[in-house]
Amino acid sequence: MLTPIKKLWGFACRIWSSANRPAKHLSIGFLTIGGFVAGVMFWGGFNTALELTNTEEFCVSCHEMGDNVFVELKPTIHYSNRSGVRATCPDCHVPHNWTDKISRKMQASKEVWGKLFGTINTREKFQAERRRLAGHEWERLKANNSLECRNCHSTESMDITVQSTRAAEAHQAFLFTGEKTCIDCHKGIAHELPDMTGVEGWE
Amino acid sequence: MKRLLVNITAAVGLMALASTAAFSDGAATLRQGEPIASEAQAPKMNKVENNDVKRVRNYPEQPPTIPHQTRDYEISLNANKCLSCHARTRTGESQAPMVSVTHYMDRDNQVLATVSPRRYFCNQCHVTQVTAPPLVENEFIDVEHIIKGE
Repeated sequence: MLTPIKKLWGFACRIWSSANRPAKHLSIGFLTIGGFVAGVMFWGGFNTALELTNTEEFCVSCHEMGDNVFVELKPTIHYSNRSGVRATCPDCHVPHNWTDKISRKMQASKEVWGKLFGTINTREKFQAERRRLAGHEWERLKANNSLECRNCHSTESMDITVQSTRAAEAHQAFLFTGEKTCIDCHKGIAHELPDMTGVEGWE
Repeated sequence: MKRLLVNITAAVGLMALASTAAFSDGAATLRQGEPIASEAQAPKMNKVENNDVKRVRNYPEQPPTIPHQTRDYEISLNANKCLSCHARTRTGESQAPMVSVTHYMDRDNQVLATVSPRRYFCNQCHVTQVTAPPLVENEFIDVEHIIKGE
């Protein structure tokens, strides 16, 4: 009964004792330089893979994104506008700061699960889940004070004299005072909205 | 026999004349004189007025025009962006004009708590304005001027 556990323990002990001993055949130069090169390769590979999953092509390669949220983005000002500067999916949906990015990427592993089991693989299923999914994004932006908006739209550089009167008044009254954050008023600016019944600020 | 031939030739000739006349200018009015075979250059798109200044209504029942941009303002089964500012409960924060009380009434003039479903789709009546020259001459006279006999 105990033999498999004993065997495993013995195996672990042997690994530890060999890892804990100085190298018998390899030079210290090989170990340090080799370790450095392997480290560079590992880190580079990790970052490349991370950046690869952080592109619009990657997001849109799943039909859940390509057929729903991406087509909705296209007519909006964040995709098509006079100056041609545009936002891609990760600009708004993935934090730019490294640690936050990694934690968001870890959360995103749940999305892989959803993809495998087809949680939103039809338009109907997506519409049914839309309020919950949008809610996650509103909560995230509310919690970080709309950080992803502010990566491009900074209050310091916002010249309210060239804004329309009502925009200038609203920004002075709520944004500059810190009473509200971007997402409080600017929901559904890049995608269609879910059923907004019960959402604050919506009738 | 000879007379019949002359008659047919004359008729065909007249028809051909009439049809060319129709194609050369009669049918071209909507195309700004552009021949049917070629594609006309699209007119320049005009800017939407965004000055937040009310326009005078041309008659009392006219739905007021929208003096600001409404690009990407969603009005659907799910959401109504206009009501985020113009609904009764939102006007304190937004300082926007409240949706008229008639919009809270059903067809029996019963006042409801929220905007009546038949008045929900704002841009059925209220529209933004563009800085475009009128397409046709406008001979509208304000009733105010008619009363004064001007």
